[in-house]
Amino acid sequence: MNIVNILEEIEKVDGEIYERLNPRRAAMKSFFNIGKKISLAAMPLALGSMFQKAYGQTTLPTAVVDVLNFALSLEYLEYHFYNHALLGTDVTFTYPTAAAKTAITTIRDHEKAHVDLLVGALGSSARAPIAYADTDFRAGGTFATVYTDYNTFLAVAQGFEDTGVRAYKGQAGNLLVSPGVLQTALQIHSVEARHASHIRQMRTAAGTAVYKPWVSLGASGQANDSGVPQVDAVYAGEDLTVQANVNIANITGAPNATAAKLAAVESFDEPLDRASVITIANLFLQPGKKLS
Amino acid sequence: MTMKNNEPIRKSELQEESLFEKAVGRRSFLQYAGASAAGIALVAAGCKKDRGYPDMNTGVTLDFKDDFGVLNYAYALEQLEAAFYVKVASAPPASFTAAQKAYFQDIQFHEIAHREFFKAALGTAAIGSLEVNFDSIDFTSASSVLGTAMAFEDLGVSAYNGAGPRIKSATYLLLAGKIVSVEARHAAYVRDLISNGSFADLNSLAPLGANNAGGLDAALTPDKVLATAGKYIKTKINVINL
Repeated sequence: MNIVNILEEIEKVDGEIYERLNPRRAAMKSFFNIGKKISLAAMPLALGSMFQKAYGQTTLPTAVVDVLNFALSLEYLEYHFYNHALLGTDVTFTYPTAAAKTAITTIRDHEKAHVDLLVGALGSSARAPIAYADTDFRAGGTFATVYTDYNTFLAVAQGFEDTGVRAYKGQAGNLLVSPGVLQTALQIHSVEARHASHIRQMRTAAGTAVYKPWVSLGASGQANDSGVPQVDAVYAGEDLTVQANVNIANITGAPNATAAKLAAVESFDEPLDRASVITIANLFLQPGKKLS
Repeated sequence: MTMKNNEPIRKSELQEESLFEKAVGRRSFLQYAGASAAGIALVAAGCKKDRGYPDMNTGVTLDFKDDFGVLNYAYALEQLEAAFYVKVASAPPASFTAAQKAYFQDIQFHEIAHREFFKAALGTAAIGSLEVNFDSIDFTSASSVLGTAMAFEDLGVSAYNGAGPRIKSATYLLLAGKIVSVEARHAAYVRDLISNGSFADLNSLAPLGANNAGGLDAALTPDKVLATAGKYIKTKINVINL
């Protein structure tokens, strides 16, 4: 990210940018002073906050606001899902190890950080908060034992994480107009992938089946490798083996066609379009609270 | 003088304001501060003006003027990762379990797929093959192999995340996104092998640009990534237009 280029690009469409920034010299100075101390990771946020100060809170392009609110909805869902698993009085399963509970706590804390970060970036454009009461993680009975059976809980968790990875990936192109926001979204995206990897390892540790840390093919060669047919939609299209007209199965170095197809599927994660993500998310939201 | 004695604080504020306003000038201040804050523009200027264009006859050149430069940068890193995992998979440390051997073989296939994908997609624009230097790695030691794998995977994640906003084409951005999440899954797996629960220890990733308070993963600019990766690469990598 090069702030000079960003400012010059803005100047092309807004000749007043430097004038707008000028009255807020104090904000600019603190922004650059912070820049000396904080990591590149936080720069986009600081940049976003600077532009908010320059333009007011409605300066993010509408398309970007839409993406961020969409992401915020998913982060609220994930946060409540894990937070309830840690604090809910109706949760009857026990964590098999202290490490398992610590991992869920780590993930919950990240989802909370994502919620706070997105709310902060959106300012007054942020959607209304989603409360736990707005959710239905039993999905109308499809996952009735989500908070009474540890394995069900982990299966739904895997679905959430793998959906999250796909959802951010699907929106990246819409954020090209805002490099700072794109940077931040990418950094959330890969954290969700780390979560997904760990949840898959937790599932393997907790049961008899093996779930690879990466998205593979199911036992019958289907796209859904989670062993839970109810979440087929989460994995629809994950079995792609051709990328940008390159047949990946031909170039993995795997010893046979079966292994080569698996490697081709595993080596690229696929995006999921917004409508498909919303259909999945709405399974876990109460009537009247569903996304559109 | 009265002013000096009575209003020293105000004076110093004015001096600061004056420096800000006149000595540097508003716009050039922005450019100067922007460059030092992002750490990019100065590097680029240094390449072009101070040292002239690097010698193109030795090594490979990553020209960041367009998306091909970013893709070649990814290709270079995938070459490094693939070379490492090919070596590990062909002769894993004796203490590796069957499951670990199988997963490291999987990762080997993934990295070869990434490498060959970039080579095919870039076609004639692709840089040549890099010669690696793994002298510092003890391939018979599980801790050396796992430590190096973690370093490569985390660095890969930081590289893709840091380079994403440089990509202009939505198609290429998506392809990079399809790969980076797989690298992040690898990174989490390897981290958990080293220390269970460290899959997303963002505090430990802060030197790579992660931010735990924001729940944000690593992100580094190409110059920083290449400075770290360079230890493992014999071929000279010239960087221009960064």
